[in-house]
Amino acid sequence: MELFVLGLSHKTAPIDLRERLAVPEKDLPRALDALGEVSELAERMLVTTCNRAEVYGVAEESLEESVAAVTGCLARYHRLEPSDFAHALYTYRSAEAARHVFRVACSLDSMVIGEPQILGQVKAAYSVARAQEATGIVLTNLLEQAFHVAKRVRTETGIATAPVSISSVAVDLARKIFGDLAGRSVLILGAGEMAELALRHLVEDGVRSILVANRSYDRAVALAKQFQGRAVTYDDFRREIVEADIVISSTSAPHVILKREDMQVIIQERRHRPIFLIDIANPRDIDAGCNEVDNVYLYNIDDLQSVVAANLKERQREAERAETIIEREVGVFQSWLRGLDVVPTIVSLRTRVEEIRAAELDRTLARLPELSPEQREAITSMTAAMVNKILHQPMTELRRRAVHQDGHLYSTVLRRLFGLEEKEI
Amino acid sequence: MQAGAEGARATMGLDHLFFYLALLGYLVGTLHYLLYVWSPRLRVGRMATAAILVGFGAHTLSHILRIVAFKRPPLGSPYESLSFFAWAVVLIYLAVELRYQNRIMGAFVLPIVVLAGTAAAALPSRLAGLSPTVQGIGLWVHMALAIFGNAAFAVTFCAGVMYLIQERQLKSRQLGRIHFRLPSLELLDDVGVKSILIGFPLLTLTLISGTLWAEYARGSFLTLRPREVWSVVSWVIYAGLLYARVSAGWRGRKAAVLAILGFGLVLFTFIGLKVMKAGLLV
Repeated sequence: MELFVLGLSHKTAPIDLRERLAVPEKDLPRALDALGEVSELAERMLVTTCNRAEVYGVAEESLEESVAAVTGCLARYHRLEPSDFAHALYTYRSAEAARHVFRVACSLDSMVIGEPQILGQVKAAYSVARAQEATGIVLTNLLEQAFHVAKRVRTETGIATAPVSISSVAVDLARKIFGDLAGRSVLILGAGEMAELALRHLVEDGVRSILVANRSYDRAVALAKQFQGRAVTYDDFRREIVEADIVISSTSAPHVILKREDMQVIIQERRHRPIFLIDIANPRDIDAGCNEVDNVYLYNIDDLQSVVAANLKERQREAERAETIIEREVGVFQSWLRGLDVVPTIVSLRTRVEEIRAAELDRTLARLPELSPEQREAITSMTAAMVNKILHQPMTELRRRAVHQDGHLYSTVLRRLFGLEEKEI
Repeated sequence: MQAGAEGARATMGLDHLFFYLALLGYLVGTLHYLLYVWSPRLRVGRMATAAILVGFGAHTLSHILRIVAFKRPPLGSPYESLSFFAWAVVLIYLAVELRYQNRIMGAFVLPIVVLAGTAAAALPSRLAGLSPTVQGIGLWVHMALAIFGNAAFAVTFCAGVMYLIQERQLKSRQLGRIHFRLPSLELLDDVGVKSILIGFPLLTLTLISGTLWAEYARGSFLTLRPREVWSVVSWVIYAGLLYARVSAGWRGRKAAVLAILGFGLVLFTFIGLKVMKAGLLV
């Protein structure tokens, strides 16, 4: 029995190849059934997202044969030739495989490190496989531990703390200024696509009061309607800024529409309530000097982008801490896996008892030189028979237990009782 | 003096034992709060709060033992005043943590507690033979008000420091790890206002009770001793801060700077002047 991962991802395959090997969620059961026909597979599950297609499996006998059979099966299922994608495939076995699964679940193998979707996708894939009864003790344990590791990494490292998209950075900054965004108001200057995207994020976060100002009043009305906001005339926007908490500006004006002097007056009228100005226009709408006014926080598109870049770096640093956690967890899984495999236990138990038998036999026979060869033979076979009889029951039981959940427990206890540990490792 | 010796026998040193236990709890808690800023794990955060709660319990017990033994509030010596100050800061901090469900502030407030506690531990705990005129309910009330007021201002001070850090991060657009850990400007500003709204009335009452007591004990209304003058100066700063907030909506960075300045003056009034006086006497 050997755990393996076979698959391809954004690191090895271009998007068109990944697309051809993707399995939509509704087809997952059928694909798992197809894999089930590979007789060498004891357990199986399939994870496919837009960034990866991977089979997690447990090979009954030879790993190479299983991998070849699974590759063939995937090719048949997707109506491809194995040679179409074989070059992009990677294979991991045992501890390597566990490490890979943990890294995937923790989003360390993702295109955007720390993105939260992948864990949900792995969970969904696992529950489909479970419903199909395609998973057994190894995958169950592996995945349960992977979810545990993912949770640990999420809480113990900042891998998912720093936002890494322009609009989520903007929302996060707004939260650091205003705390709760519920009940805050936002003013949109220029009803562009970017503004709409940022607005959508803000609304999801509880911003309720929305004002839209646009050169073309009709577009302002249309966007306002979409978000249950209110359209205002463009010429009045300076007056509206007095009331707004967040301003998203993306007009196509060729020059600055909000000067530092304007802002100084506005902030007085606002009674110094903080204001967050987001300038995503090109050329810029808002005078950079506005940021120097107290309680005004101005970010333009470059600022937001550099925050994104810095946050990505921060995630990279946090990812290194996550790798340490994963390394420890792989160790835990590995020792569980080793305990699961009863064969080494059986071998070392037999060797140990055999050693004792041989040593005791030698000592006894040395003290009885008068015995005839037949008598010596009889004593020798008697000891061998005793050892076999005594070992028979525990060995059978151990083999029987190996396939059950508590197999590793029996194995571990046996190792402890007979002191087999130090010889094995 | 004699009463002090009797009291010390009555507590059998238990008050000190509990005081040191409290200090240990505060120290463990502070280290956990700092660790929590570095890596905000729930377990670390809970450990921090638990350690502070244990410390606070032991500290309270220590005060009670001394109150029972000496039959007066635990404000009779610099040791007791500092220890009581540390206790009051912890009390207010715990209320803040409960109210805002945020532990990051602990990393800023608790070091002050540990500092005050350690300073108290370094001072002799024996009563410096209080003269009979000095004692009396009026004085105790005056001191308790002053210490609680100062404790509130200590929290204002920390909120101000945190505000300035977060504001700097947001203005400079260089977002470090501390940016993600620190709460929002809004929250920090809110803690700042609320703690002043507690501290300022206490400071006002302190000044009033102090004046009344001076009149009663010394027969003169205003003696214009440095301590009184500087207390009035800090009162003016906090009053100005509150006035500017209410009338002109003053907030944010300027308010935070003034709050920090105000606490600096408070420290100077209560500790700096003593040190200077001691220096002059030598």
